[in-house]
Amino acid sequence: MRFTQVQRQMAAALMQRLGPGDRLARRSATGHDVDVAAIIKPNSLLSARERLEIYSRAYWFRLLDAIRDDFPGLAAVLGQRAFEGLARAYLADCPSRSYTLRDLGSRLARWLAAHPEYGARNPRLAIDMARLEWAHIVAFDGPAGKVLDPEHLLELKPGLRLGLQPYISLLELQYPVDEMRVAINTSGHAPRRVVDQTRIHLAVHRAGLSVYYRRLTLPESRLLRSLRAGWPVEEAIGRCFRDSSGESEEMLAKLRAWFAAWSEFGWLTVREANGERSRP
Amino acid sequence: MRKHTNFGIGVGLRVPHLSHILERKPVVDWFEIISENYMTGGGRPLAVLDRILEQYRVIQHGVSLYFGSSGPLNRTHLRDLKQLIKRTRTPWVTDHLCWGSIDGRYTHDLLPMPYTMEAARHTARKIRQAQDFLEVPVAVENVSSYAAFHISRMSEWEFLNEVVEQADCGILLDVNNVYVSSRNHDFDPRLYINAIEPQRVMQIHLAGHSRFEKYILDSHDHPVIEPVWQLYQLAIERCGPTPTLLEWDDRIPSFEEVHTEALKAARYMPESAMVRQ
Repeated sequence: MRFTQVQRQMAAALMQRLGPGDRLARRSATGHDVDVAAIIKPNSLLSARERLEIYSRAYWFRLLDAIRDDFPGLAAVLGQRAFEGLARAYLADCPSRSYTLRDLGSRLARWLAAHPEYGARNPRLAIDMARLEWAHIVAFDGPAGKVLDPEHLLELKPGLRLGLQPYISLLELQYPVDEMRVAINTSGHAPRRVVDQTRIHLAVHRAGLSVYYRRLTLPESRLLRSLRAGWPVEEAIGRCFRDSSGESEEMLAKLRAWFAAWSEFGWLTVREANGERSRP
Repeated sequence: MRKHTNFGIGVGLRVPHLSHILERKPVVDWFEIISENYMTGGGRPLAVLDRILEQYRVIQHGVSLYFGSSGPLNRTHLRDLKQLIKRTRTPWVTDHLCWGSIDGRYTHDLLPMPYTMEAARHTARKIRQAQDFLEVPVAVENVSSYAAFHISRMSEWEFLNEVVEQADCGILLDVNNVYVSSRNHDFDPRLYINAIEPQRVMQIHLAGHSRFEKYILDSHDHPVIEPVWQLYQLAIERCGPTPTLLEWDDRIPSFEEVHTEALKAARYMPESAMVRQ
């Protein structure tokens, strides 16, 4: 047997879901069992399976701890037991594909949308919370682009394209999970009653070294999304106010206020050359 | 390979100690950071690291390059690592002689190698590639282990020697790991220490461990026990003054307690090896 085969077989065995009592499962979910004794030697105290079990339990406990640390809001919303079930199912379906544990939850919201049965009584709320908490991680330590000099904005050359800091996430939510997450941070548990609101637009960003949640109006969110997508500023503004019937002075005042706030937060970045529109 | 003989005694930089370190600025020869914790691109981790770098020397220790994994090196990982190296100006980098990923999936564990010549050649080739790309010396750490493979054809120390010789790299000798593995696999830890090439030992790790009924776990949550200090003494006798670091990762006590435990290593180092403050 070559060492590649040994590694593949050992990984398959230790990454399979733990059985009752968090012991190494007798049979894997796929039914393809690894003959552990064929690759691992026993010693005088431990069988081959027991030796592998040390690694398997370490693998699962380490990853479960990491997911628990990263998604406290989701755990509070679902309850610990349901969250545990969700985390184990997610990790079985989506094992880590990154060299850093920091990325472990990057696919959780999308996975949950495809597996609403793990969302307890309110899958939509759970998905919103998972999206918020992943955005929180991105805002905490994601890379930053070069902040746009406000002078640059005064020029507003035709065709000017701006970028948005990569650590900012723009979310459209159905539930006030931003307020819930803050409450959970403070009290340790989710509010009993959750009000279903239609469409909350939220920017998850950082200022200084702290993460903030900032609610946006629909036009503001639309404009930021258009800028991020690479639309020239004047076209992005047009898209933002496309449904609006307000006075142009009122729109101008809004724009001024938004750009002033975004500049203050350092949200706008210089878009690299060839920064064409990335998506419609 | 240049060996740093006067780097003194370092401590692992851990989050619970950050405010103490930044506010009180204790005298510490150097800090070891876990590279992956600072390869995020921005935000608080890098801002804190920059403040540490203003005051202290930093050595980078990685946990997931997985030189022993049968697949190729992760180029993104290497690029991110090189960027961090430019920031810290670490004189050398370390990671583990182990595997932990397969077919693009990561276990985030330090899994033991099958000790075969094929595995040694493969691992050494990847270390060479990393060393060439990173442009700093690389040292590989022996891991503690709880399993052994039927296909192994040599001892762990023979495998380690084979790899570092072929890769022309350094060794990060973890004497606690030698002790833990010696108990789990029933060998004489002194034999291990005596077998390794002393000139290749660029750094030493010390740590505590936990004893269970049927095995010993490398848990980094206790002080260093006396038999490990004895192994450390043997290692210093053989390798000469070597930068030494204490790891404490779980149930972390106060910074003062961890630093005091680390400084016990000075008892075994010649006076000339200590950093003059």
